[in-house]
Amino acid sequence: MSVTTGSVTTGSATTGSATEKQSAETVLSIRDLNIALPKGADRALAVEDVSYEVKRGEIMCVVGESGSGKSMAANAVMGLLPKGVHATQGEILFAGQNLLALTEKQHRALRGLKIGMIFQEPMTALNPLMRVGAQIAEVFEAHGQLTPKERQARALELLIEVGIPQPEKAIRAYPFELSGGQRQRVIIAMALALEPILLIADEPTTALDVTTQAQILELIRDLQQRRGMSVMFITHDFGVVAEIANRVCVMRYGKIVELGDAKSVLENPQDAYTQALIAAIPSNAVPPHRETSQVAPLLEIKGLNKVFRSRGGLFKPAREVRALEDVSLTLARGETVGIVGESGSGKSTLGRCVVRLEHPDSGELLLDGVNLSQLRGDALRRERHRVQMIFQDPYASLNPRTKVGMAIAQGPIANGTPKAAALKQAGELLDIVGLGASAVERFPHEFSGGQRQRIGIARALALNPELIVADEAVSALDVSIQAQVLELLEELKQRLSLSLLFITHDLRVAAQICDRIVVMQHGRIVEQGSAEQIFLAPREAYTQALLNAIPGREAPVAATA
Amino acid sequence: MSFFARFAQNRGALVGLIILLLIIAMAILAPLLFPESPWRMVQRPFLPPLSQDGFPLGTDTMGRNVAAGIMHGAWVSLLIGLVSTSVALLIGVPLGAIAGYYGGIIDDILMRFTEFFQTIPNFALAIVLVAIMQPSVTSIVLAIAIVSWPPVARLVRAEFMSLRNREYVEAARLVGQSNTTIILRQILPNTLSPIIVLASLMVATAILLESALSFLGLGDPNVMSWGYMIGAARTVIRQAWWLSFFPGVAILLTVLALNLVGEGLDDALNPKLSRER
Repeated sequence: MSVTTGSVTTGSATTGSATEKQSAETVLSIRDLNIALPKGADRALAVEDVSYEVKRGEIMCVVGESGSGKSMAANAVMGLLPKGVHATQGEILFAGQNLLALTEKQHRALRGLKIGMIFQEPMTALNPLMRVGAQIAEVFEAHGQLTPKERQARALELLIEVGIPQPEKAIRAYPFELSGGQRQRVIIAMALALEPILLIADEPTTALDVTTQAQILELIRDLQQRRGMSVMFITHDFGVVAEIANRVCVMRYGKIVELGDAKSVLENPQDAYTQALIAAIPSNAVPPHRETSQVAPLLEIKGLNKVFRSRGGLFKPAREVRALEDVSLTLARGETVGIVGESGSGKSTLGRCVVRLEHPDSGELLLDGVNLSQLRGDALRRERHRVQMIFQDPYASLNPRTKVGMAIAQGPIANGTPKAAALKQAGELLDIVGLGASAVERFPHEFSGGQRQRIGIARALALNPELIVADEAVSALDVSIQAQVLELLEELKQRLSLSLLFITHDLRVAAQICDRIVVMQHGRIVEQGSAEQIFLAPREAYTQALLNAIPGREAPVAATA
Repeated sequence: MSFFARFAQNRGALVGLIILLLIIAMAILAPLLFPESPWRMVQRPFLPPLSQDGFPLGTDTMGRNVAAGIMHGAWVSLLIGLVSTSVALLIGVPLGAIAGYYGGIIDDILMRFTEFFQTIPNFALAIVLVAIMQPSVTSIVLAIAIVSWPPVARLVRAEFMSLRNREYVEAARLVGQSNTTIILRQILPNTLSPIIVLASLMVATAILLESALSFLGLGDPNVMSWGYMIGAARTVIRQAWWLSFFPGVAILLTVLALNLVGEGLDDALNPKLSRER
């Protein structure tokens, strides 16, 4: 302890002049920061002329889409810039010293002690082979504090403080025994262990379910107020900003486009980009009224069941997971039905059963009267063109060695269309999804995530399917791109009178595009009804909980004001 | 960008290709430059290199021309390396692809079969096979192919297992492509890089295996090979270093060239890498 504080004080002595420039209320100030990227990157500076401050006891949100440089400044604060990336101009003042001038050793003394950090992936941020208690104790050990016994006692206190259920049990648990939300709580406990002045949270809730996200946000806000900490919160989600921020800094292409009080930025954004971002958030969860047409159902699912069994080994028993239990629903021609649920709810399994990538154990899947559920082999292959899928990951869903045109044309070719005609049709489809027919000759890696998703849509359309299943089709995209892709889907739906089964974890997205919504939990359907009814008058407690967890739901947002 | 231009961007690959072309040229020109059989005794034995015109690399224990032996040996080494690797790929790739793609009981059967070959030491099995079949170029090629396909099958199987559940493969299944088309058009092209790298190493290993067999006297008695030359010279390595040195250098350069070319092919075949450079 004494050693670390020693190095901190010597640091402040040398940069004494800087201290005077920093007011007592400011914990961290970043001034005219430039961070250079290595040669050959898509731009020269990751961060350009960035200046902002984090004041004592406030939550500062840094918002931006991927590639905006929002995390770079935080990495510089922690002294964790990636190899080849370094600050070329400016200073970062914290506790009276310029962090950019510190040596690695001085930085290490600060990390954890004065500045805590929470990461995005609760899965990978913990050591899988170490008990939770030992990992928290390690934080004290790294800074040479307390005796081993005291460390365990502190670890328990911290676990209680972050609200882990059954903390006495959790302290002896391994990370894999905890849920994602609980793991994130452990990481927060580790970050708080040494009572830092500043907490940096880099997308801490992005990998979590909505209800868990709401709990973690509440916890962070609660701890921040109780301890009078400052928090630098990095996120891409304006909903989260509305929920938690005191002040907001909006970044784009490495520059700050807007900086100010959270309330004024959200209600009255000045910059066009901020306005676009706020407008692009699928709006305040109240769906516009839609005409629900009562025509004959296109898809009828009756009593669908699916159980996953893992083969048991010599010493481990076989495991069973009931992914779908007695699921029944209908989808009318030209209708969009949203399947909403958290991870593990069985929503993806349902989608995969409908396109028959999975074989349901029992139940019927009637598409226009034909039972798809029991088809196999060639009979199944002949019917496949009727139901197509748009996949989640725009990077994994296109074969890196197949040209885009061929990727779209291969479906029609497999179904007997001559190659030349299929390629011509692929060009037309690329035109329809807004990429232009010239894209035919290019490889997938030449396109951005949003463009790839458009290619995925074109591929799904190539076979003129009667039903399209979209499995988290926009989840991997930035909000502004997400809005464009949703708009495209809506437009195509009108134009080609498609029917859509839209699977998502994001209620705001579902609100935007769906006529009817089915809420799933633990493999069962909890509630289904028109989008309006689900959002405005949910009947089931679980649906209400899901709706309440949507970040920024109650906050006034400019787009709807 | 043309395929060759992409290949040529890797300078090491270009060097490797030049060395390989020189070795191929040697093999082709051997009968023209040294029309006489490399087995013929043409001068007094143990003639050191550069000591007499027409014998730039000297003569061996029996007075045979070392330069002629190396030129003629190039043909044998390349032939055995390339043909045995092709045969090994022809066995290993389909087996691995089928095992990895279908999984389950098919995978179990094919992998037990593969393990049967893997449990016997490579070289011992090759010796037994050549001894049973009588040493000849054909039997050597077959023996080398039979002992070297299991790693190919294992590699291809592992690649197929990780690729078969990719979203693009699922998308191909959804549009109704047949299993054969998916294996050949979707998955196999994406396993090419590791296969090519492995294949270039296998050609090198095959050349070394042939050398080792010849060294033990199990080479084809009718053809001169580098391995035979080293084997025959091992007893006199202290008196006549050049007898093992030059064939050794020839093997080293060939193996090196093949590795470099393999690496270059891998880069050139990968559409992503080649354009990012």
